[in-house]
Amino acid sequence: MTIAAKFEIEYLQYLDAEGKQVRNDLPEFAKDLDHMVELYKLMLSTRVFDAKSIALQRTGKLGTYASCLGHEAAHVGIGSAMKPEDVYAPSYREYGAQLYRGVQPREVYMYWGGDERGNDYQKEPARHDFAWSVPIATQCLHAAGSALAFKIRGEKRVAVCTIGDGGSSKGDFYGAINIAGAQNLPLVAVIVNNQWAISVPRKIQSGAPTLAQKGIAAGLFSMQVDGNDIIAVRKAMEDALDRARSGNGGSVLELVTYRLGDHTTADDARRYRGEQEVKDGWEKEPMKRLRNWLVAKRVWDDAKEEAWKAECDDWMDNEVNAYLETKTQPVSAMFDYIFAEVPADLAKQRDYVLSLESKGH
Amino acid sequence: MAQITLIEAVTQALAYEMAHDESVMVLGEDVGLNGGVFRATQGLQEKFGELRVLDTPLDETTIAGVTVGLAVQGMKPVAEAQFEGFIYPMMEQIACHAARMRNRTRGRLTVPAVFRAPWGGGIRAPEHHSEANEHLFTNIPGLRVVMPSSPARAYGLLLAAIRDPDPVMFFEPKRIYRQYKEEVPDDGEALPLDVCFVLRDGTDVTLVSWGAQVKEALEAADELAEQGISAEVIDVATLTPLDFDTIAESVQKTGRCVIVHEAPKTAGFGAEIAARLAEECIYDLLAPVERVTGFDTHIPLFRLEMKYMPSVERVVDAVKRTLAAS
Repeated sequence: MTIAAKFEIEYLQYLDAEGKQVRNDLPEFAKDLDHMVELYKLMLSTRVFDAKSIALQRTGKLGTYASCLGHEAAHVGIGSAMKPEDVYAPSYREYGAQLYRGVQPREVYMYWGGDERGNDYQKEPARHDFAWSVPIATQCLHAAGSALAFKIRGEKRVAVCTIGDGGSSKGDFYGAINIAGAQNLPLVAVIVNNQWAISVPRKIQSGAPTLAQKGIAAGLFSMQVDGNDIIAVRKAMEDALDRARSGNGGSVLELVTYRLGDHTTADDARRYRGEQEVKDGWEKEPMKRLRNWLVAKRVWDDAKEEAWKAECDDWMDNEVNAYLETKTQPVSAMFDYIFAEVPADLAKQRDYVLSLESKGH
Repeated sequence: MAQITLIEAVTQALAYEMAHDESVMVLGEDVGLNGGVFRATQGLQEKFGELRVLDTPLDETTIAGVTVGLAVQGMKPVAEAQFEGFIYPMMEQIACHAARMRNRTRGRLTVPAVFRAPWGGGIRAPEHHSEANEHLFTNIPGLRVVMPSSPARAYGLLLAAIRDPDPVMFFEPKRIYRQYKEEVPDDGEALPLDVCFVLRDGTDVTLVSWGAQVKEALEAADELAEQGISAEVIDVATLTPLDFDTIAESVQKTGRCVIVHEAPKTAGFGAEIAARLAEECIYDLLAPVERVTGFDTHIPLFRLEMKYMPSVERVVDAVKRTLAAS
């Protein structure tokens, strides 16, 4: 028998669900415990932020919101591994990564609160990142196009996109990793596999035993990672970014995690999944294992946890207030960003709406 | 000065702009060594290299989405859909991202890209190679839809499209790619993207058209002139945003309007112009507005395709109906 090609997919994990190290070759960043505490704090602030967002929605102060509960290690791992000059193309729930890159909670609230200014990220490096992409997986090609621009200009930058397990079924994802392989583009495509695409489970998306192996078909480095283990996520991301930055090709990383919440606040996951599965999901969630590990290293304790939560509460209250105090845009804003300059024909429609406003409509 | 065809004018504009702005690039299927199936990118890869004249994988979605990413990063990509009939997979990226990036980020990110496509029928091509579907794009906010009808306008409008800070659909009527030559100075002079072109002055009727059908409109005007009927001919050229004022001024003068386009009649872009005439010029009209268009059918395979196309005879007949009405 002649074998035309063979492949295998490595699974990367450093901490098990209880926070026990399953391997001894800790990466350099994980030996810096101050830094690990910083990562934990951002994961915790992401969780506080998420709870605050849901509370805002439940009290009628926010529109539909997509929760990130359970994805904290995956998202913070992605955001913390990227360099400022890199470009991020997220889907719509990767707040942990985005907060790391300078997106402000008030901007998230504005977007889900019905105001386009939420996409006008004010702080670098988020300011040069893509905004949330709602049409599934379409952002993968924006990242591939960005990576192509970096290659053409000889810039040492990497484009990172994230999608879900459902997103990996779309042609846009395959198109992105395909051209990345063909053109050796600095692209890192991350599948945050949280097991559910609204109500459709992972097994319905693909018969492939891993989603990571889709990258093999495109000629990319491909790996499956425990997406609830931030050390594993961060390490896999750092290596993928290094390879891409040094011209050694793109990667597909599948971060295996679990969506602990509903798809969005408009969804009720009790309709399609059992309680036991969610309980199991909580057993493997990302905060506990890192907390246990940090506590065992004597760099974290309950008092620090409570103090940081209180700080996060203050931060979020401040952000919520800023959001709630933001006045609605003038009606002309509907017209002002369609083109660089408002064309004469469109200006007629704008003037009509403004005339209605002046009549108090 | 050399005389060139419409397709050569496209090549000339691409070469000019690539030579003068290193952020301009071309991507698509077969655009590289082969120079495109119609030769629009002939010789460009030799001059500008494999990255700036990039053969992509065979996936229109990839071409469109990568174009959005390139443009957001400050490149000025000119993407080619090999035929208008293959543009459908691009539409999500065009409508959901290219056309709304500026708006949804309040101007933080923009897409200065051009999507080119050989457009329309009349070249005895296989199925799916003859579509006229500009109306699917004229209803998308944030897009400019441009269609040249002569070598000089192809050159000037394509330069303008590439330089425009927003996404432009640039539809090239392939039936007239090589129909005639004219002098087109390679002077880098762009044409405006927001005005219609009045190609012929007249007093009795206004013929409004774009793309390949401008030829039929002009020929109909010649034939009508022999019969003592004076037709004004307008090439809309930049469909959206629409310069309706030029059309309105003409109709105020002539009192009659015949709109000629290749796409199906119902909800074609001619319907928009007719509606605007009804809204804004109805008291200037001496006769109902006529539309001479393709039919609400798929364009037939090529044995019948010329029966589908607006012909000079159909245009002349329509004009005579408007004259008979008043």
